[in-house]
This record gives sequence, structure tokens and C-alpha cells, in this order.
Amino acid sequence: MDRPITIAVLAIGGQGGGVLVDWIVALAEREGWRAQSTSVPGVAQRTGATIYYVEAIEAAPGQAPVFSAMAAPGDVDIVIAAEWMEAGRAIQRGLVTPDRTTLIASTHRTFAVSEKEAPGDGMADSGAVTAAARAASRRFVAFDMAALAEQAGSVVSSVLFGALCGTGVLPFGRQSFEATITEAGVGVQGSLRGFALGFGAVSAPTEASRPPPAPTAVLAPVGHPPYDALLARAAALPSDAHEMLAEGLRHVVAYQDIAYGAQYLDAVKTIVDTQDTIAEVAAKYVARAMVYDDVIRVADLKTRPSRAARVQREMAGQVIAVTEFMHPRMEELLGLLTPTLGTAMEQRPRLIAMLGRVLCGPRRIRTDTVFGFLMLYVAAGLRGWRRRTLRHAREWVRIDAWLATVRAVAADDPALAAELLANQRLIKGYSETHARGLDKFTRVMAAAEQLRGRPDAAGWVHRLREAALKDEQGLALEQALRTVDSFVNERTAA
Amino acid sequence: MAERSFAREVQQLRLGAGAEFRGEGILAITKALLENGVGYVAGYQGAPISHLMDVLADASDILSELGVHFESSANEAAAAATLATSVMYPIRGAVTFKSTAGTNVASDALSNLSSSGVTGGAMIILGEDYGEGSSIMQERSHAFAMKSQIWLLDPRPNLPSIVRMVEHGFALSEASSTPVMLEVRIRACHVHGSFITKDNRAPPFSLTQARNAPVRDTSRIVLPPASFAHERDKIARRWPAAVEYIQKHGLNEFFDGDLSDVGIILQGGMYNGVMRALMRMGLADVWGGTRVPLYVLNVTYPLVDPEVVRFCADKRAVLVVEEGQPDFLEQALSRTLREADLPTRLLGKRVLPMAGEYTVAVLEEGVRGFFSTTGIAVELTPRANAAAVLDEEPVRALASVVPARPPGFCTGCPERPIFSAMKLVEKELGSHHIAADIGCHLFSILPPFNVGATTMGYGLGPASASALNGGEGKRVISFMGDGGFWHNGLNSSIGNAVYNKSDNVTVIVDNHYSAATGGQDLLSSRAVSRRRSTGHAIARAVRGVGAGWVRQIDRTYDVARMRDTLRQALTTAVRGPKVIVASSECMLNRQRREKPLMQAAANAGKRVVRPRFGVDQDVCTGDHACMRLSGCPSLSLKHTGEKLRDDPVAVVDNSCVGCGHCGEVANAAVLCPSFYRADIIENPGWKDRFLLRVRGAVIGALQKRRAARHWMPA
Repeated sequence: MDRPITIAVLAIGGQGGGVLVDWIVALAEREGWRAQSTSVPGVAQRTGATIYYVEAIEAAPGQAPVFSAMAAPGDVDIVIAAEWMEAGRAIQRGLVTPDRTTLIASTHRTFAVSEKEAPGDGMADSGAVTAAARAASRRFVAFDMAALAEQAGSVVSSVLFGALCGTGVLPFGRQSFEATITEAGVGVQGSLRGFALGFGAVSAPTEASRPPPAPTAVLAPVGHPPYDALLARAAALPSDAHEMLAEGLRHVVAYQDIAYGAQYLDAVKTIVDTQDTIAEVAAKYVARAMVYDDVIRVADLKTRPSRAARVQREMAGQVIAVTEFMHPRMEELLGLLTPTLGTAMEQRPRLIAMLGRVLCGPRRIRTDTVFGFLMLYVAAGLRGWRRRTLRHAREWVRIDAWLATVRAVAADDPALAAELLANQRLIKGYSETHARGLDKFTRVMAAAEQLRGRPDAAGWVHRLREAALKDEQGLALEQALRTVDSFVNERTAA
Repeated sequence: MAERSFAREVQQLRLGAGAEFRGEGILAITKALLENGVGYVAGYQGAPISHLMDVLADASDILSELGVHFESSANEAAAAATLATSVMYPIRGAVTFKSTAGTNVASDALSNLSSSGVTGGAMIILGEDYGEGSSIMQERSHAFAMKSQIWLLDPRPNLPSIVRMVEHGFALSEASSTPVMLEVRIRACHVHGSFITKDNRAPPFSLTQARNAPVRDTSRIVLPPASFAHERDKIARRWPAAVEYIQKHGLNEFFDGDLSDVGIILQGGMYNGVMRALMRMGLADVWGGTRVPLYVLNVTYPLVDPEVVRFCADKRAVLVVEEGQPDFLEQALSRTLREADLPTRLLGKRVLPMAGEYTVAVLEEGVRGFFSTTGIAVELTPRANAAAVLDEEPVRALASVVPARPPGFCTGCPERPIFSAMKLVEKELGSHHIAADIGCHLFSILPPFNVGATTMGYGLGPASASALNGGEGKRVISFMGDGGFWHNGLNSSIGNAVYNKSDNVTVIVDNHYSAATGGQDLLSSRAVSRRRSTGHAIARAVRGVGAGWVRQIDRTYDVARMRDTLRQALTTAVRGPKVIVASSECMLNRQRREKPLMQAAANAGKRVVRPRFGVDQDVCTGDHACMRLSGCPSLSLKHTGEKLRDDPVAVVDNSCVGCGHCGEVANAAVLCPSFYRADIIENPGWKDRFLLRVRGAVIGALQKRRAARHWMPA
């Protein structure tokens, strides 16, 4: 041999990349090869991106190979990435080249903080890595190895080792791979199970394209006559919105009652009557606006039978206690009063502060106990009262104004109307987060008013919303609004 | 206890003559120390030589058998000062720490040591933390070697070379009465390889002999007039003795090649990279053959002028490969050539970058640049780089896709809630100047916390805020870990604040270990250690140096309490330093300790309850406020597939250790009611089963009642 086999392993600190590297070295050595591994883990690399590098060559009598201590672009035979974006990083570093590199990667995601902290959807585009991997690698083996590892009761490194064996890029037999795991002697049974799954998945890729689900009649009657009547009404609306209407109705009726469902269909219909091309968007966001998050809803969701079942399933074990972390505030409690009483109370800050000290603050509620469950059960039972509350009145003032704006532009500029509907997405969260969201919504709607009539109005509203979802404080939104201001005012000045 | 155990690997330290050792670089160094009759070893942990300290700790029994004394020093200065034993006694000693952070701290002792000169071989093993993976400022150890006149060994990064350099290092030190530094780069510390062992040797002159027959000699003490004599001795005797030893024993290596009118002079540590670069150009092979003659400096200080002249004499041009700056070697070599009146062209930083790590790709560029600049025609294999593929559209598109992934707090880390609390306080009281320190807590400077303005060194966080003390306006907050506190923070930061009547706030993050360096024990560690004295509370030490306002928090996860204490420290009318000791055990270490115990108990049929957190996905609105106050790795995202939603919701994955932080934050920051804690039981008792049944029945009945009154679509 005149060149070593070179292997780079990219992992996230804590993923067990070191174990995989130790296996590879042990495997090569037990086959009579010479191998060297290096890493720059540094104990300070917790949860950070980490790279390991292995070189191996068949031993030659009387000669010692000179191995490189680091992966060089264009020189790597095998790249193993223990996470999908790390595969992307390997490609970016030039470690994956079409002339020689086999890329073995797990498609599962471990999100970086930057992806998680965006108020909207900050997830990186996994498809971009797939495209790059196709362009850059000679051969490309990818599947969700974390899922297989969990199935095996092991860690991702064992599945990767199996996949490495399965690709056949190393000239060593399966028995030798498995013997290496056994000889290393740590978590042997789980690792062997993970190895087998990884090995098998290479020859039978799991990414089989599933046939699209057969279209079902989403608005078919369910056997509850009042609800079936609503479904029948929904069926009269444009068919492209049917799926969304079914979903919307389900949420709205579960949230309140059949009458609320009728109110939902009315609201959607008034928009469809002005512009029928935006029926689906209307069906989606009107439903979302109507099921606003109040104390009653949260209490209801936490006391449904399906919830207990889900907790049990997700926890994968016998759950004996469930503790909720609640923090009721006076704002929420006042919201449960009638508008007259609620607004009157709001004028008395001292009284509110006093009541707040007694009634509000952090509460931990054990919903597995009878008493704790009853508390939320009673709160959920306030559903019948909801229509008479201050919160409901305020929500509907906003919803009505919003829908009026939508209707006003819908006929002339359906794209803008759709964007205005989608602005509902900005309102989310509870307490301060909710207030900030509402503020962003108000500002974007105000800017939309200024943009109305321009051919690019929809595009700008879309951009403003995306900016608003980028960061919590609204810095990106601020900047985008300044841009809008500049050209809107320019026009006015001219 | 350190996070990685070498209990199994250290058994190789017992190998006798002629056996093959296989393992990591640091383990090989330890073995070499024992083979060369070392009498005592000390050091301070820090990447990349943390594991060397862990190996030594795990090898304590083997060291004791040989009569070798081992200490985990309080800091690098203490470690370096340990070498004083080799000044008067013929005992070999070795100390280890990272460079240049550690060398800075150790400078006082190193200067004194090298002035006095040594009798027994004194070796400083430096983890050279330079280039990729480094966690410190980018500087060279070379400057320290030169300023104090300590010989600098930079062996080729393979186990036999490193081991050989340990052996010769001691002998060189003794032959020239000068301490030596053995520089090992990050990758060499963790390089896996093999070498043929020798028998271990007990130190021929024991520490007991030294204790029982003390020797003193005022001429070795750094005080005038001896100090002047020391400097003259360095030049007149020690330097020539070293050069002679290096030459006589061939510490530097020459590799011949057929392109005899060119050559490369390189640091030993650069050898493998240079060879790979040459191989990529068709000028070398993987078995060590090279067409370009090489002069490998396994000793980079002092240089051996006759060797340099001999190597360069018949060459038209020579390339100097010297990583880091300033270009000390290139300057020295230039002078040597000038004095020898040689016309050989010398190229170094002209074709290689002045700063930054010399990767294979950088070295290849440099060698190509060397040939093209000098106009020496050699046929080179075309570049095998990835430029073409990196230029393709789908690959370029990754630039805006692949997120940065800096290190951060682990799942369940007890330091996370401290910074969540800090963010909540800042929301109330506005932003403050925050001085950071060295340690895991420095991850606070990154998202989502974005807290911390400067770091000035280990244990120097509060000291670095000194100038901002007093006067009107806001107080300044400093963070410091327990590692930094015991390293020198007690004096430099707390004592300093007390003495100068500082009004600032200091938070000491006490996670019971030197966690960032791998979980080594400290004075304040709670674990009982067989070989060390632990359990010395930080709060007591702080009060001991005179701090009055001291608050001890024993559960950092209590975010509300943490926040209230911080607020109080920032607003109290009390003058003088405000010190908060925030203590909770490093979760990594805690899990390592508790998990097997819990598993064993569960397997033995005992009742075991384990908390885990969850998010109600229909209550979560996908605003991710929790992420911005946490960043816990187990707190992840998920698209629910629900048609009404656009944004992913929060989800707690099964790596959750149930620390409680997300629930506490949701409460303290009034975020949302999505989080819940589930207590999961194994082997429930009859009481558990009874309660479960009764509660289930009542709750089930209530739910049936609701279903009857309020119809809901499925």
C-alpha cells in the first residue's frame, strides 16, 4: 500500500465519537494494520462540534508509516458524521470530495442553540445537506441512526460502526468488526444490536418513499348530528380548504362548543365571499385566532384523558406523579371576569396588587392527585362562562378588526390578504411573550396599512413577519420597518 | 474524581523491557517518566494535558510502588515551584500544565528555577494549546523558553520520538544544569500509537535521602551577587554544554533526499504535517521517504549553529517551517547563515502564513510557494484539494444552512440556572458590566445567555472589574468558578476586593470540581478522597479573608432564589464586596456517579423514582422563550405535523436528567404552563399501586362526567 486509508469522524461532544474511533483503531490493529487516531476534543468541547481523525495502513515489515495528524481537504476516504448538520460541516470543510469520499451520516438532528432560540422556525434546512452530499461525495449512505440506536438500546456510534462495515469500504470482515466490539468490553450487547441494525440499514435503506396517504373524505360525517351539520356547511366552501376546515372545526369545537364552530364557519365564509382563492389560509388562521390561549384552555388540555396517555407514552415508564408548573397572574384572572367588572378592577392597581399577592405567583400543581386535578378540572369547567369574559371580548375586538382589514383588501389584493391572515402567527406564547407577540402583530399590521395599494405589499408584509420571528426583542423587525418607512415616506415626499 | 478513568490503561505502565506499549501520547509520556527514574511529578490540569494529570492520579499506586511523589498542584506556579527540589538534589522531577496560560502563571517560579540552575533533571511538560481545538489566546511557549533560558524540546509527534525526547530531556537538563520544556501539541497529546518499552526505574536518589540529608548552597539562591553569576553561567557554561549534548546525541534529525540543493528546516512537531504535504505533491511517501532533505529540530531552543550551517551549506534555498509568531527561528537562522557567510536563500514566513495553525493544506501551499518563489523547477503532483467541489452551488449553499456549534452547558448543568437568573435580573434592573472568568461558566458569553464582557485569566474575573469599583451608578458583577477561586481567585479577586473596599458583586460558581478541565477534585470538593483533603467550603474561605456579605445557595436550580439573591446583592445598601456562592454538583459527574447506582437498585427490585420533564405540545405555542432562557441540549424542537401550526414546538428529549431547570424557569420567568415533571417509578410498592388505582378511578370518573356534558370531536 502506498497510501493509508483516511477516516474523519465528526460528532458533537458527548455523542461517543471517541468510542467509535477507538473501535476503528482496534479493528485495524487486530487485522495486523498500523493505525493512528488523533482528536481535538479538548475537555472544553462539551456539546460543541468535535472532529476525530484516523489513518490506517497495512503493516510493512521493518517500516513505520508516517501518519498525518489531521484531515486534509481532498484526502479523506471515509467521512463519518454522527449528526446531519455535522455532515454538512464536513462537506463545508472540504473533507468530502467526489473522487474518493464515502460519506456515512446519520440524518437525525441535534439542534444548535441558534436554531432553537428563534421565536419562529429556526431549523436549518436538512434538504440542503442532502443536495450538497450528493454533489460532493463519491458514495453517500445516510439514515436515521439515532432512531436505530434507541431501538437497540445503544448509542449512535454503534450504528455508525455497523454502517461503516456495511459499506464495505474497509477491507475487514463483519466478524472482525463484531469481535472488536466484544473485545472492547463496554456495553457489548447493546452495541452489537446497534451494529447489526446499522449494518442492515446500509443494504436496505430505510428511506423508502412511502406511498402518499389515500385521500380520505375529511368532511365526512362523524355521527354527531350537530357537528355533522357543521361539516356539511364546510363542504360547501372551496374544496382546497376542506382539509384545513376539518382541522379548524375540530379545534374550535373542542375549544368551546358547536355554536363556536358555526361562528368559525361564518368568519371564514365572509372572507371567502370576498375572495375565494384564500379560503385555506383563512380556514387556518381564523381557527388559530379563535382558540386563543387562556386559563380555561390550558386547564382543559391538561385534564383531558388523551393527555395522561400521552405523558405515559412519552415517559416510557410507569409515571406516578405529574407536576405542572403554573404561574397565574392577575391579568389572567381579571380576564375571567365580565368586561364591566374586569375593567373596573383594572382601575384599582392597589387592590390588584393585594389580590395578586394572595392569588398569584408560582404554583406547582400535582395533576395526578385528586385535589390538584380538581383545581384544573374546575377551571376547565369555566368554558361555559368564557363568552362572557373580558378576555373573550378583547380577543374578539381584535379578531373582528383584523378580519375587517383582511376583507377590505381581499378583493383587490388577495396575496396581501393572505399575508395579513398569516400575521396571526405572530401572536403566541403567554404573559410577556404574548404581549410582545401582540405588539409585533400590531406593528406589522400598521405597516401593512401603509403598504396597501403597492404591487409589492404582500411581499413586504411577508418579509416583515419573517423578520419579526427572527428574534425576541424585534431587532430584525425594527430594521425591516425602517426600510419600509424609508420608501413609503419617499413616495409621500415625492 | 476525574471524568475519565484510566484505571485500565495505566496497567500498561507496568510493562517491562521489550514489550509493546499501545495507547495515547500522554500515557506514553507517563511511562517514559517512570522508565527514566523520575522522583516526583506535579502539575495542574488543563487541555490538552488534563488527561496526563488524570493518568498520573489513576497511576498513584504504581507511582507509590516506585517511590515517586505525585501532587495535584494548586496552580501552575505551585507546580513549577515543585521543581525546586531538583536544584539542590540529584533527583529528576517533572511538572506539567498547559501553555501558554499555565506558563504565564508559572513564570515566577520558572524564572527563579532557571536562574538557580538544576542538579537533577527538571522537565516541564507543556500542552501546547495552539490551533484548532484551542481554548486560549494564541501565543507561543518559545518566548518563555528564550526569556528564561529553558531548553525547548519539540519532538516529532509519534510515540517513539516523544519517549526518546523524555529520556534525553532529563539527561540534557542534567548535562547543562538547565530545566527543559517538552512541548506536545494538542493532537500529539491524544495521538494513538505504540513504542517498545523499557523497565521502570525507581529514582536512584530518593526524596527521603534528600529530606534526611539537606543540602544548601547560597550560590544557588537568586540574590545578588549570585543572580549575576547565574546569568553569566547561563551563557558561559550551560548553553555550550547543551549544544554539545544535543549534537553528540543527535537529538535533531537529518533526513536525506535526492533534491539536494533545497531543504526544509522544521520544528519536530511539524514533521508529520510536512511529510503529508510533501506526499500530496509527490515528494515523499507514507513510509518516511522524502525527496527533499529535512533537518528536523526536535530541540527548537537552543539551535545548534554547526548543524544549521552543515545542512544549508550546499543548498540554494531552504524553507523554514515554524508555526506561530513571532518568527523566532527564522530570525535566528538568518543570523546564523549571515555569520557563516552562506548565500543560501532562507524562506519561511514569506511563503507560509505568519499566524495560525499550519495544517497540511497550509503547509502544501507553503512548499509550492517555496518552489515557485525560488524558481527551482521540480515536478509536483497537482493539488488534491477540494476547491472544485467547494465551489459547487449546493455546497456553497451550506454557508447559510449549517449552524455554528460552539461548546455549551451540558444537559442538566447547574450553571445554566445561574445565568437564567442573571438574565431575569437584567430584565428588571437593566444591563450591567459583567466580568467573566475561565471555566465552563464562560459558555455564558454565547447564546442564549450572551452575558459577560471580558476574561482576564483564571481566578481573575472579579479582579478584572476592580477599576469599575465604587462611585455612583450600577454595581459590577463578576463570575468565577470554584476552579478559578482556588487557583488564585481567593487572594487576587476576593482578598483584593475586601482590601480595596470594593462594592462589586461576585458570583462564585461552585460545581464541586474543576469541571472544565475534566472534573478533577478541588479543596472544596464534597467527595471524600483517599489521597487529598477535601470538603473545605468556599464560603468559609471567603469569610476568612474578611468578606462580610456572603450568601450560600445550595441548589442553583432554584432560579427564583438565585434571581432574588442577585437582585439583593445589586441593590442592598450594605457596602463592601457582595459574594454569592452558588453551589450544585456538576451534572456530568453526578450522573456518572448516580446512574449506575440507580440502575443497580432498580435491577435489584428496589423502589426507584426518577424525575423527567416534558412539554405539553398542544399547550406550547412554539415561541421558544424557554430556549432563550435555557439552551439545554435536551430541550429540542419538533414539528407536530398539526395543520394549524407553522412553527415547531419545544420538546424534551430522552437525554433529560430531570434537573428541573425548565420548570423553574417557566415559573420564575412566568413563561408558559407547558412544562411538567413526571416522576417515573420502577418497582412500585403496594402503596404506590393503591394510590395510582384510587386516583385513576376518581380522575377517570371526572373525565367521563366532562365527556358526557361537553361533546368533543375525536
